[in-house]
Amino acid sequence: MTWKQLLTSSLGKKYLMGATGFFLIIYLIVHASVNALIFYDDNGATFNVVAHFMLHNYFIRFLEIGLFAVFILHIVQGLMLWKQNTSARKINYYRQNFPREIKWYSRYMGWLGTFILLFLVLHLYNFWAGTKHELYFKGPSNDLYKEMKKVFTSPLLFTLYMLGLVSLLFHLLQGFQSAFQTFGINNRRWIPIVRRIGIFYSIIICIVFALMPIAFMAGWLQ
Amino acid sequence: MEHYTMNLTLKVWRQKNRQEKGHFETYDMKDILSEMSFLEMFDVLNERLILENKEPVVFDQDCREGICGACSMYIDGRAHGPWQKNTVCQLHMRAYKDGDTIVVEPWRSAAFPIIKDLMVDRKAFDRIIEAGGFISVNTGNAVDANSTPVDRAKSEEAFDSATCIGCGACVAACPNSSAVLFVGAKISQLALLPQGDPERKARVINMVDQMDKEGFGNCGNIYNCEAECPKGISVENIARMNREYLGAFSSSEMQTRPNPAKHNGV
Ligand code: HEM
Ligand code: SF4
Ligand code: FES
Repeated sequence: MTWKQLLTSSLGKKYLMGATGFFLIIYLIVHASVNALIFYDDNGATFNVVAHFMLHNYFIRFLEIGLFAVFILHIVQGLMLWKQNTSARKINYYRQNFPREIKWYSRYMGWLGTFILLFLVLHLYNFWAGTKHELYFKGPSNDLYKEMKKVFTSPLLFTLYMLGLVSLLFHLLQGFQSAFQTFGINNRRWIPIVRRIGIFYSIIICIVFALMPIAFMAGWLQ
Repeated sequence: MEHYTMNLTLKVWRQKNRQEKGHFETYDMKDILSEMSFLEMFDVLNERLILENKEPVVFDQDCREGICGACSMYIDGRAHGPWQKNTVCQLHMRAYKDGDTIVVEPWRSAAFPIIKDLMVDRKAFDRIIEAGGFISVNTGNAVDANSTPVDRAKSEEAFDSATCIGCGACVAACPNSSAVLFVGAKISQLALLPQGDPERKARVINMVDQMDKEGFGNCGNIYNCEAECPKGISVENIARMNREYLGAFSSSEMQTRPNPAKHNGV
């Protein structure tokens, strides 16, 4: 069996989703931790130091390329799977009901992912484009903390961020345990533990991210 | 159990052949007994249609005791109807009450084309089995039954996987029309036993390969297959297949055999 055979098989595509999903899960921990520095009550001084360091460190920027690649793989493969899966049933049921134990969000990973993607475009425009402008086009120096304050005190953007986070929450609630199942880590001993960790992780990550806009909006952070 | 009769409205999918578009036909059913099975109600309907010189509703059935996997109806949005771990033939009319409307559709999946009305072509499953769902045994004298030791717990687990009756409800119920529960069960029942070990790696590669060729969707780990399976086949079987496949890919002997022979007999 060749690599091509593996990665074009139905199971191989899922391994790719699971592997990139795992990577993104870890990335979110790093992202949330670094951003949580804004809660260090010094008007963003510490946060800006770290942000400046990350922007000007070659190793971090190299990792950033990897992150982009992983995101693109996950998104392209996800959208292709979604299309393939919907076309595997040419005529839909007139009526299809699901028993209570089937989580509604597990059936909407494609939509949830699309919402995250739309959010991602907005997010990169809000926070990433400016830093790159500074770096490559000698644009004005970015005070990311101030940017955050500007973005998160806008009611429209605040709402869009909250919607993005809700999508992420449900994507993760399904995705976390799903990735384990994809790699065959599911049996009576481990799956209840994996499920609990997944729920815990998804909720904590989304709460930490949500607290940032909330803190600015509510005026806890100035 | 209380005996009663009921009047029902049946909405049944009628489709002349694979090409025709198909539509719902509504039938009023009078005096249906609570003791009847769901298929017996269809017998009543079909006798009536024949007497009226109309085409009877075509549906699959054979054993009518929940073991062959032939019956296949999507009833009110559920594979095999409202009862858990049950086949249509074992669904009884006591599940319904007077005045109910029941919607009956065929299994819907691009890999299961409709033959007529409620009967679909499930040969895709047969081709997956032909691709590797067997063990190769030389003919000759029967081997003594106890010459191959089998772990008791594993034989129980293999048996659980082997209770799959190949009905296709998992595909029908899956929002993605994926066949992984069926294929996972068929791979597991052999992978768990020493008799299945010699062909283990080629088997999983060939069967997954055939599954993909048949046009089923990809698993989304939604688990409606397990919920709707009449035999309660666990999604652990899917996880096992995922492990087996990755294991087969990772082994060096499969690397040197890009296309493992279909019939790699002993
Ligand atoms: C930080 C963001 C994201 C994280 C942490 C994440 C994580 C995950 C995880 C862990 C899975 C489960 C993989 C598996 O079942 O093996 C998954 C599935 C999926 N993701 Fe994402 N994802 C993210 C963003 C996106 C985006 C932007 C899209 C864009 C369309 C997307 C589309 C999908 C789809 C369609 C699936 C379902 C694949 C399937 O089961 O067939 N995801 N994601
Ligand atoms: S796994 Fe269950 S639902 Fe699927 S074919 Fe076997 S018995 Fe039917
Ligand atoms: S007719 Fe055999 S299982 Fe229903």
